[in-house]
Amino acid sequence: MKIKTFGRHGKEGFKNLGRNGWMTFASISAVTVTLLLVGVCLALLLNLNAFGDQLESDVEISAFIDITAKPEQQDELKSKIENISEVESATYQSKEDGLDQLIDNLGDEGEVFESLRDENPLSDAFLVKTKDPQDVNKVAQEIEQLENVQNVEFAEDTVNKLFKVLEIARNVGLALVIGLLFTAMFLISNTIKLTIVARSHEIEIMKLVGATNWFIRWPFLIEGILIGILGALIPIGILIYGYYYLIDLIANRFPTFIIDLLPVTPFVYQLSGLLVVLGVIIGTWGSLTSMRKFLKV
Amino acid sequence: MIEMKDIWKTYNNGIKAINGIDIKIDKGEFVYIVGPSGAGKSTFMRMMYREEVPTSGTIIINGKDVGKMKNKNVPKLRREIGVVFQDFKLLPKLTVYENVAFALEVIEESKASTRKRVMEVLSLVNLKNKARFLPDELSGGEQQRVSIARAIVNNPNILLTDEPTGNLDPETAWGIMDLLDQINNRGTTVIMATHNKDIVNTFRKRVIAIDGGLVTRDEARGEYGYEN
Ligand SMILES: Nc1ncnc2c1ncn2[C@@H]1O[C@H](COP(=O)(O)OP(=O)(O)OP(=O)(O)O)[C@@H](O)[C@H]1O
Ligand SMILES: [Mg+2]
Repeated sequence: MKIKTFGRHGKEGFKNLGRNGWMTFASISAVTVTLLLVGVCLALLLNLNAFGDQLESDVEISAFIDITAKPEQQDELKSKIENISEVESATYQSKEDGLDQLIDNLGDEGEVFESLRDENPLSDAFLVKTKDPQDVNKVAQEIEQLENVQNVEFAEDTVNKLFKVLEIARNVGLALVIGLLFTAMFLISNTIKLTIVARSHEIEIMKLVGATNWFIRWPFLIEGILIGILGALIPIGILIYGYYYLIDLIANRFPTFIIDLLPVTPFVYQLSGLLVVLGVIIGTWGSLTSMRKFLKV
Repeated sequence: MIEMKDIWKTYNNGIKAINGIDIKIDKGEFVYIVGPSGAGKSTFMRMMYREEVPTSGTIIINGKDVGKMKNKNVPKLRREIGVVFQDFKLLPKLTVYENVAFALEVIEESKASTRKRVMEVLSLVNLKNKARFLPDELSGGEQQRVSIARAIVNNPNILLTDEPTGNLDPETAWGIMDLLDQINNRGTTVIMATHNKDIVNTFRKRVIAIDGGLVTRDEARGEYGYEN
């Protein structure tokens, strides 16, 4: 396409926006709401996902060793555990180390356990990591069957619950977003339909004198794309500002907050880029739908 | 050259508008299409610039099979055919100049050659002095001249006019005929569907009469032949 032609299409596209201002406004608002929701959902989901991954990778099985087990039996148990195909590693932890860690984890409240140093109630253990966190349950059961294993512990419920919540959040978010995407697309296609109707006279003459189909289509396509991009601006602003604010808030007020949020850069910029792309896609989709129905070229 | 071979056209609503037409029109001819209302004259013309596609048969225009033409080649066909209507179809917010230039702009002509061509045709239709007027500010005959200027600005070799004088008083209609004759004399094939008995009987040219979707008469220097 010649630059001059592109300039013309761009100008016509902008003119189209102004032609039915209220519908254009409604469409842009619909895209804004949609993308805002998409952005918030995505920010949440991606963070939850990252948190989930982090948890998953933290999931360890503590296989406590029978007090009666002799050193060679312990070694034998270690190699048996390591031979389970889903296991990545098995590390020995003496009961003293175990207690140290417990006290550490509990922070100030851990002090009370200091008195237990002499009659440590814990057992020596192997800390087992699986290659795939999903296998934790299965591996734990297998280890429990082995000789010289007193009992097995892992954060089963917490992990499972988190997975469930994540899944529900993901599905609800997805359904909402898809519904909104269709609404926005529908509004855009209706706006463009109005423009097409308003310009039907011109379109008729263009066809009559031999304008190509794409020459006729471009201004409407650009109109849709512009609506999409304009609709992405506010959500991007809110998202960037909001995310900065949130990170800042957490850093200053709740330094011990358990979830590590994804760092601001490049996350918000990737998300912004994605929103623009989504806006363009909704806009293009809306105008194509409208053109297919009403622009018989 | 225009050639129709065994053309049939049934509209989606079941109306059989054209029922087997064979016709040849040579380059440079001036042809009247006459016949009663609903005879199929407009349908006949619309198939030439592929506004309608024949249900069966072949239409060859400038060596191309219009019926089988791919959609993407239609614009090229239309650049070789000018079309004029009874109701002018001018864009009300554009000036005379802009209305004519529009036809070149949308086929991506350069500004310089557009300017030159538009001024040429405006002087041919004798409206150079009203280039800046809006359609509303012109008489019916002047508006029709603008629409003819727009139709020929791209130098088409065929000009289709569907009742171009239908909305005009007799005197103005003659002005339009003068113009069409001039355009025809420059080598453009002119086809004119009309109900204007006076014009057909006075300005004698080939007459093709269509009735019930069939050619009922085709005479080299024919007469209108209907009571109106
Ligand atoms: N787009 C269309 N869809 C369906 N039927 C149509 C369409 N256009 C025309 N017809 C029908 O086809 C027949 C021929 O119509 P056409 O317009 O070709 O006649 P015409 O000779 O131009 O008439 P007139 O002198 O009144 O302009 C008529 O019965 C008309 O109702
Ligand atoms: Mg007609």
